[in-house]
Amino acid sequence: MAVYSKTILLKDTNLAQEDRTRDFYTNFLQKLEESSLSELVQVVRVSDIGVYNKGVVIKIMPDNIMYANLKDSDIPRIINTTIKEGKPLDDLELKRTGRQLRIVLRNCGMIDPENIRDYIGVDGYLALKKVLLESTPEKVIEEMKKSGLRGRGGAGFPTWMKWKFARAIAADEKYVICNGDEGDPGAYMDRSVLEGDPHSVIEGMIIAAFAIGATKGYFYIRAEYPLAVERIQKAIEDARTCGLLGQNILGSQFNFDVEVRLGAGAFVCGEETALIASIEGKRGTPRPRPPYPSVKGLWGKPTVINNVETLANIPYIFLKGGDHFAKAGTATSKGTKVFAVTGKVRNSGLVEVPMGITLREIVYDICGGTSSGKQLKAVQTGGPSGGVIPAEYLDTPVDYDNLQKLGSIMGSGGMIIMDEDDCLVDIAKFYLGFCVEESCGKCSPCRIGGTQMLRVLERITEGKGRIEDLDMLRRIAFAMQKASLCALGQTAANPVLSTVRYFEAEYKEHIVNKKCPSHKCSKLASYMIIQDKCKKCGLCQKHCPAGAIPGSREEGYTIKQDRCVKCGQCFEVCKFKAISKE
Amino acid sequence: MEEKAVSIEIKNLVEKWKGKEGNLIMILHEIQNHHGYVPRDISLKLSEMLDVPLARIYEVITFYNYFKLSPPGKHRISVCMGTACYLKGAPSLIEEIKDLLDVEEGKTTKDGLFHLDVVRCLGCCGLSPVLMIDDKVYGKVKKAEIADILAKHGKEG
Ligand SMILES: Cc1cc2nc3c(=O)[nH]c(=O)nc-3n(C[C@H](O)[C@H](O)[C@H](O)COP(=O)(O)O)c2cc1C
Ligand code: SF4
Ligand code: SF4
Ligand code: FES
Repeated sequence: MAVYSKTILLKDTNLAQEDRTRDFYTNFLQKLEESSLSELVQVVRVSDIGVYNKGVVIKIMPDNIMYANLKDSDIPRIINTTIKEGKPLDDLELKRTGRQLRIVLRNCGMIDPENIRDYIGVDGYLALKKVLLESTPEKVIEEMKKSGLRGRGGAGFPTWMKWKFARAIAADEKYVICNGDEGDPGAYMDRSVLEGDPHSVIEGMIIAAFAIGATKGYFYIRAEYPLAVERIQKAIEDARTCGLLGQNILGSQFNFDVEVRLGAGAFVCGEETALIASIEGKRGTPRPRPPYPSVKGLWGKPTVINNVETLANIPYIFLKGGDHFAKAGTATSKGTKVFAVTGKVRNSGLVEVPMGITLREIVYDICGGTSSGKQLKAVQTGGPSGGVIPAEYLDTPVDYDNLQKLGSIMGSGGMIIMDEDDCLVDIAKFYLGFCVEESCGKCSPCRIGGTQMLRVLERITEGKGRIEDLDMLRRIAFAMQKASLCALGQTAANPVLSTVRYFEAEYKEHIVNKKCPSHKCSKLASYMIIQDKCKKCGLCQKHCPAGAIPGSREEGYTIKQDRCVKCGQCFEVCKFKAISKE
Repeated sequence: MEEKAVSIEIKNLVEKWKGKEGNLIMILHEIQNHHGYVPRDISLKLSEMLDVPLARIYEVITFYNYFKLSPPGKHRISVCMGTACYLKGAPSLIEEIKDLLDVEEGKTTKDGLFHLDVVRCLGCCGLSPVLMIDDKVYGKVKKAEIADILAKHGKEG
């Protein structure tokens, strides 16, 4: 096998046009041959290079230089300047607005997560060593304050403050809990970190424990993530063997050990007081706060609960310094955020971006726009506790405060892209339905309010809505926000409120005209046979469960609207697209 | 199940988790992993050995979706209804499975071959809509492919 000193990835990023890489590729190979470099440089055509609509693009590895909008005539320059002399060509270089910055995901995919030596090889546990041997808990908290790190689990509470509160209380035992319950359906940031870089989370946890004076830690991980559990368990054992957990860690006076506890499929257990109840082996029902867990938490002792991503940031902060960390981000939100971008997006996946980047950059520059090529309608962040952000606000810089102003939240990192085909009333119903199912039932604003609201939404999507319903939704939402015991109930109405706020016209269309503009709500659709396209095969008649399609192969078919139950079967089975749905 | 086997199994479990506070949920996880559900006679035994009322154990089992009280089917179908999968048409997959197998959500088919569960996010949203049969994940599933997928697992018996 040849050993190449450079690899060049090649891709034509304009979808609409014909793939022009074939000529470019042969040309490139030929020029390399002429310069007798073909033994040293490998050219690979790839199916995705991470940028879109920038013509022919190459990425030169390991230099990580990217050139865009290339023409055949650029090839000699690239070979002479960049490949031979290692110098970049400014005019060709792709100025990446889609800037990604990897802090949390710095090691994911780069190291073997099951090998502690790999982690140590990339300065793993070096931050811990610095902290244990050269620092004090007070200084650690001070450094965290400088970093400006806020919790990545949803609420965005400053991490240093949480630690300070727990530190301030004298107790014989204190605890650190890593919240790996990842309840937002459609998000998997924490899973990726637990599976891809378990030691960084453990290291962050030990530093947190040192700061508050804890002796014991727990990982609370959802049982649905067996691989994450396995990796963390292995990582804990390896860390113990290396003297990084247990008594006198790294020869210091500090003792700390961790255990894993499994979640059991209850969204509310992501809420900190419910999570504590669950670790205590009880039903996961929340209790009123205050007292906050940092004062009275697990077994009544001061407890710090931090999210997986929050903890994974911490070793980096102590390696590079709080000030350095705070360089990325906005005035109130520092560092990066990992998002799981899914839904109707071309390049679905995890992205880590500096705070302050715009939604447009995330959706278009990094993720390539909508998968359908249709107009983007809205972006949802924050999962069932968040809200939708309509396309007009795509240029908003992403940080905790801006998203809140728009009626959504940062949340834990779920980001769902919706296009014209998605009905926002239906989406609101989906999220609310989730919260209703997951409500623990302890307090009535959440239990009853949620159910009533869901009923109203159901009737709207079935064409039985009344115009007063919009007001009713707002009133129930208000009651739930103000009176629910925990944040599940307090935020459950957010998806409804934000869709009513930005898409009131769409609600009205459902209520007044009994139409769903995106044709999603099947109860509001009407099906019709387009006679010009109908080949009289009779398949629809066979499948109609309501006998609403009279006719024969000779006469053709029609749909009797008064008998149709709007099941959509005919629309789906017709092979000639001869049935319209409006 | 034989009385004796039950006690030995439980004894080992209780031994392993003894002295660890809040152990009940972890013990239940191990029982469910082993049996696929939490059988009543085991709960009874557990109540004796841990010295907690049976009601306390059932209170916990019934709160958490993950724990089951009846034996699962031979093959477990989990259809993801997380947001990404919902947007990409998961509801129609569920309808199709219900139709083909004549089974409801959370229930097992009459022949005991398949159990249908609707779950939240399997963590591979990029492949949505996703369904999983036992340990095998199927991504970008189309409604028309369901019959074939089920047949493949059905044949293995
Ligand atoms: C209903 C509900 C679900 C939650 N789910 C999670 C979760 O899955 N993961 C998480 O880290 N935080 C979750 N949280 C937030 C936690 O209560 C808590 O704020 C967080 O773990 C604190 O860690 P941080 O400060 O590092 O963000 C949830 C909160 C609520 C109200
Ligand atoms: S708000 Fe909902 S989830 Fe929270 S305590 Fe009340 S009923 Fe339970
Ligand atoms: S939508 Fe259903 S009920 Fe209506 S005509 Fe088509 S198949 Fe028949
Ligand atoms: S939403 Fe289905 S896998 Fe995430």
